[in-house]
Amino acid sequence: MRGLRLVPEETNINFIGVRYAAFAISLFLVLGSVFLIATKGLNFGIDFAGGTVIEVRTPEVPDLKNLRERLNGLELGAISIQEFGEPDDLLIRLRQQEGGAEVQTAAINSVRSALDATYKDVGAVDYRRTEFVGPQVGEELKQQGLMAVIFSMFGILAYVWFRFEWQFGVASIVALLHDAILTIGLFSLTQVEFNLATVAAVLMIAGYSINDTVVVFDRIREDLRKYKKMPLPELFNIAINRMLGRTLMTSVTTLLALIALYLFGGEVIRGFIYALIFGIGVGTYSSIFIAAPVLLFMDIKRSDAEKVGHEVGAQG
Amino acid sequence: MVKIETWKILLSLIVVLMGGFYALPNTLNENVRANLPSFLPVKTVNLGLDLRGGAHLLYQLDMPGVFKDRSEAMIQALRKELRSEKIGYRRIGGLDGGVRVTLRKEEDAPKARKIMRGLEQGLIVNTSGEGGLILEAVYTDEGRRDVYKSVISQAIEVVRRRVDELGTTEPVIQRQGEDRLLVQAPGADAEELKNIIGKTAKMTFHLVADPSASANVRTVSYPLDEDETQQMRLNRTALITGDMLSGAAYSQNQNGEHAVSFRMNNTGARIFCDVTRENTGKPFAIVLDKRIISSPVIREPICGGQGQISGSFTVKTANDLALLLRAGALPAEMKVVEERTVGPSLGADSVAAGKVAAIIGLAGVLVFMAISYGFFGLMANVALAINVVLIFALLSMMQATLTLPGIAGIVLTIGMAVDANVLIFERIREEFRLGRSVISAIDAGYSRAMATIVDSNLTTLIAAVILFSFGTGPIKGFAVTLGIGIITSFFTAIMITRILVVLWLNKNRSSKTIPV
Repeated sequence: MRGLRLVPEETNINFIGVRYAAFAISLFLVLGSVFLIATKGLNFGIDFAGGTVIEVRTPEVPDLKNLRERLNGLELGAISIQEFGEPDDLLIRLRQQEGGAEVQTAAINSVRSALDATYKDVGAVDYRRTEFVGPQVGEELKQQGLMAVIFSMFGILAYVWFRFEWQFGVASIVALLHDAILTIGLFSLTQVEFNLATVAAVLMIAGYSINDTVVVFDRIREDLRKYKKMPLPELFNIAINRMLGRTLMTSVTTLLALIALYLFGGEVIRGFIYALIFGIGVGTYSSIFIAAPVLLFMDIKRSDAEKVGHEVGAQG
Repeated sequence: MVKIETWKILLSLIVVLMGGFYALPNTLNENVRANLPSFLPVKTVNLGLDLRGGAHLLYQLDMPGVFKDRSEAMIQALRKELRSEKIGYRRIGGLDGGVRVTLRKEEDAPKARKIMRGLEQGLIVNTSGEGGLILEAVYTDEGRRDVYKSVISQAIEVVRRRVDELGTTEPVIQRQGEDRLLVQAPGADAEELKNIIGKTAKMTFHLVADPSASANVRTVSYPLDEDETQQMRLNRTALITGDMLSGAAYSQNQNGEHAVSFRMNNTGARIFCDVTRENTGKPFAIVLDKRIISSPVIREPICGGQGQISGSFTVKTANDLALLLRAGALPAEMKVVEERTVGPSLGADSVAAGKVAAIIGLAGVLVFMAISYGFFGLMANVALAINVVLIFALLSMMQATLTLPGIAGIVLTIGMAVDANVLIFERIREEFRLGRSVISAIDAGYSRAMATIVDSNLTTLIAAVILFSFGTGPIKGFAVTLGIGIITSFFTAIMITRILVVLWLNKNRSSKTIPV
């Protein structure tokens, strides 16, 4: 029985040869992302921006235009209503109200009574979810999210530094930042809501990206010991090509799981999964086209690989 | 690598069986679980509020308000004490959580100082101004911290009593940060909960101010509960405070209107008896959270230690007030700074959606592995299935909370768990292609892939641990299952598949090909 191969048994694709093209594309995308984030910004959800979200299921398919007029007539600032997964599932967003907690509660209550009044002849409105985040808490969550990102990056960097030589650490962080920035850039471009779950997704992508990069680096290090005379670009190519099957296999199984979540996991986590799917794709690309080529620019010494390599060999 | 000691196989078998035992309760319904023999574990995965429905409320305590009130109380107490000690003063006023007095004579300073220090615990008295005439009593840093601590723990106590009276099961009530209180109540109606928790329920009885009285009596104005535009002027000093009550219950007055009857403790009863005797015929007011809910006229001295409040109550508001009075007043005003409420329908939908996604994701990965790696792929699939069981076993054992992002974490781990096997299998293929024998290729595949597997799992584990320690809410829930998944998948992908591969190898010593 012969298994399915995603790539032929022996590939010899010249990844290193196209490194300048890859760098150019990536640089363009990264700069574009930074530009977008700086100019267009992110569509922060209430986790960070504060405000109120109410998810309701109406007893009949709602007349959105009518409902919008009705709710915006309440004078609670701009209220946005959007369909959420199903035609009778609505997501209603209220801006942060001027005033204290009672004002927020009062605003939620007046939206609820307006909805109840609208559907009183048809049936009960199901209030599926109410989330309110005060401005101060939003600010704190933003800071905590940022801290989590920074600490994870440092934690991962420290580990790679400890396990490999510094050149590998730098190259993997370059790839990781590349993936994280592109993912955030995508959220800026599409203006999909950026919330706490998105931060978790970005961190997860960072973890996956490093994981993928480390696998390729391990192989590069192994081959550095094995082929002592081979020119580095050729050696890098061989290492990447040999890991290509694994890199793609793991990406595919992970994507399979994620796509199942995206399609069937419900509307609530769709934004989170969307970020992950994009990130896994970018992470796979960067471990092949960015991480290893960047490493090539670093001044790696075969003797270093030799030294550390023995320790690893003794372990395995 | 192609030989495994028997004890390792036995140990793995035990782990898998234990995992099965601990995961088992999750597949049984409640009735079956209740009748299980006692040696079997009965704990199931602890579903988060987003999956079972419920309310998550974060309250901020108004600590500046607490210090302002304390300062006010200190002013009153100090004034009284200075008078009784016959110490003359020019001015007396409040500070942030303290009091400042300007004395007339310097020789009074030591005595005044002593009085001031005794006003509250944790105060320090500073002297300022020329001649040392100005004395200021303020909290030390430690005193301030103690106030925070005691206010929070009191608030927790009161909120717990209130929530318990509502009959909410398994509420979580805990301090968060310096001055916040988190209430998590599964299955609760958030509106009801907010209604009960958010009320300070500070009740006081005051005499209505007499317009002809001397200007010395300090007064305060509060709005009427029925009509906010109307105000009434009351004597500032309360006669009876909420802590003098010993019980409260719903009742009806002689006209059949809804009312709340209450009992006072001995101190309260004595004071109330004296005051009502001295002020018969005059009106007094019952104030709840700075609103006048009732202002009856004292018809006769009330000395039984019992009374009744009738205002414009409904059955519900009367019952709620009785509950609040029984549970006691909050030591500080609290306001909601974060609320997340999930109704039961969304929770159930999310669980169903999570299940479907997990099953389909798992099926996809299983099929894909089988197609890609054939017989060895099936072995990896066995390991993957065991992995899922172990994740649920650990979640049940640790009673970690499973949230919706947590389900995503599990599904993601399913996708990533096969990575270790992919690494090994790809390596075996490669080594075999390079001309090694079956045994040697498998051996090399395992030993060479190992370092990489350790590295890749550790990096992800680091990310998960950091996410758990610094993350909040959804991030934490995701990190828990991700972390657990990495640990279990490391075990299953390495130990379980290896045992299976070795077993295959023992049976097929002479095989010239590897089904991978």
